[in-house]
Amino acid sequence: MSELIFDQSRSGRYAKAQAPKKSVKIDIPAHLLRKDKPFLPEVSELQAVRHYTRLSRKNFSIDTQFYPLGSCTMKYNPRGVHRLAMLEGFLLRHPLSLDVHSQGYMACAYELQEILKAVTGMRGASLTPMAGAQGEFAGVAMIRAYHQSRNDVARTEMLVPDAAHGTNPATAAQCGYTVREIPTDSDGNVNIESLRAAVGPQTAGIMLTNPSTLGVFEQKIEEIAAIMHKAGGLLYYDGANLNAILGKVRPGDMGFDVMHINLHKTFATPHGGGGPGGGPVAVSERLVPFLPTPMVIKSGDTYQWLTEKECPQTIGRLSAFMGNAGIILRAYMYARLLGQEGMIRVAEFATLNANYLLARLKAAGFTPAYAKRRASHEFIITLKKEAKELHITALDVAKRLLDYGFHAPTMYFPLLVPECLLIEPTETEAKEVLDAFVDAMIKIIEEAKTDPALLQEAPYNLPVRRLDEVRAARELDLVYRSDEK
Amino acid sequence: MNNSIPKKLKYSRTHEWVRQDDDVLTIGITDHAQTMLGDLVYVELPEPESNVETGHECAVVESVKAAADVYSPVSGEVIEINEALLESPQLINEDPYGKGWLFRVKPFESEIAEDVAKLLTADQYTKQVASEAH
Repeated sequence: MSELIFDQSRSGRYAKAQAPKKSVKIDIPAHLLRKDKPFLPEVSELQAVRHYTRLSRKNFSIDTQFYPLGSCTMKYNPRGVHRLAMLEGFLLRHPLSLDVHSQGYMACAYELQEILKAVTGMRGASLTPMAGAQGEFAGVAMIRAYHQSRNDVARTEMLVPDAAHGTNPATAAQCGYTVREIPTDSDGNVNIESLRAAVGPQTAGIMLTNPSTLGVFEQKIEEIAAIMHKAGGLLYYDGANLNAILGKVRPGDMGFDVMHINLHKTFATPHGGGGPGGGPVAVSERLVPFLPTPMVIKSGDTYQWLTEKECPQTIGRLSAFMGNAGIILRAYMYARLLGQEGMIRVAEFATLNANYLLARLKAAGFTPAYAKRRASHEFIITLKKEAKELHITALDVAKRLLDYGFHAPTMYFPLLVPECLLIEPTETEAKEVLDAFVDAMIKIIEEAKTDPALLQEAPYNLPVRRLDEVRAARELDLVYRSDEK
Repeated sequence: MNNSIPKKLKYSRTHEWVRQDDDVLTIGITDHAQTMLGDLVYVELPEPESNVETGHECAVVESVKAAADVYSPVSGEVIEINEALLESPQLINEDPYGKGWLFRVKPFESEIAEDVAKLLTADQYTKQVASEAH
């Protein structure tokens, strides 16, 4: 039974425990009160519980299945971290509480700022961006503010490699820059000659992900930093893949000036569903004055807020308070539980798991997109050969994986690799899980050899069969209307 | 790849085609481009009467896989857009050189000779597509 909760609705049915108290005095002028009842389903408490429990069981999630979604880092969030962030003192603190009543929370925020500075090799950090995309926006806004503060207003171009996340050009455009694409060479590095030809007095900066979305470490990063700085441009580090290098090498040491950190990827805060998120920014010396407010400073034994008053050059506030408090706390707890040594293990196991998976898939006959390169924490296989010989697509393989109980890897991204799967096992998976995934991949290719239609019509074992993505995009229909029956 | 590349059209390196009828140029994306993108679900076209510039993005085509910019192969004034695409982007998949055209341009006389000289012939474009499929 998968009917909508609206279909279960019967007039007058309700849950007493959930109903508003009649005696509450409503202090709203009569002409502003609605005349009709809102259109909401009327069901019993048990019906509501069953409905949503049933829906939740249809989920594919990290708590139930292996989720090797490349570039998204779907790793396990330790339960202990949630428990600590849910302590009453944190939950009940009002964001406008006096500093003297918020010292515990402020100490956590301050220490997280310090930890992020230490692991990124940067000189300043602000936790205020509400998610990675806002962190990117803050980062590029700081680059802009920096150039403007020097009256260097002719810098109108932002360089973005063609392998970048789509958010990079979007962020640059949002901040008023013209985007200039830099091609990748056949080994997956930024093409240095194209970069040299592209830089000039119009260059504001470059946005790089390292390791890149191609799953390889940018080997010429020092040369890139030298070229950019010589041209007067700044380097932006997209922190999407920071978990691959955590504790091993620092963006600050590579020459980056500004970066964002996706707390849900590297620091294991809850992921997906659109939030709440966390996208702190960290910067080199010259960008410190522009960091978004508020931040926390330590003065003697007390913690204080740093606001626009103390930071006149700040790009300003990005949210009503300082980011998502619960997410900041979880990231802090996670960092403290790991410690310095644990952070190194994050990077080591993320890359070990990826390279193990890659080696096994390669031995089984799959084609790595960058065969000469060692994987970082993720890697790409291309099913171009299989597509040609067996008449199946990366999409068919991805859908069939669902039947075997694995979430599909990222497909068709990065765009420059045909029929690709971008696979990221993360550091939290056991070897047995990785082996089972490889076995399923091998089995799927065997199936394709004897019965390609089996793949083309997959999945079979899920609540829904193959969805019509094209029709869903062309005829988007998300709203239930009472006249729909 | 067995996509069609009509001999009578001119092409850009970024996979647009150009057809000249007297002093009006019609522009679209190639069969190869629509195959690579897959089923299109959304198209954004330039404003009629706006100016487009050679090599600058002037339209967006979006499929279930990706969104791609369309670069104007010539400089000029947009005199007509294919409004049917706004409702039916699949026309580009079904008929890229016919019903799937994107917009029409009246080129600037001062730049047209230089722009046209930069365009590829069908043979040159065929070679480029083959070299990209490494």
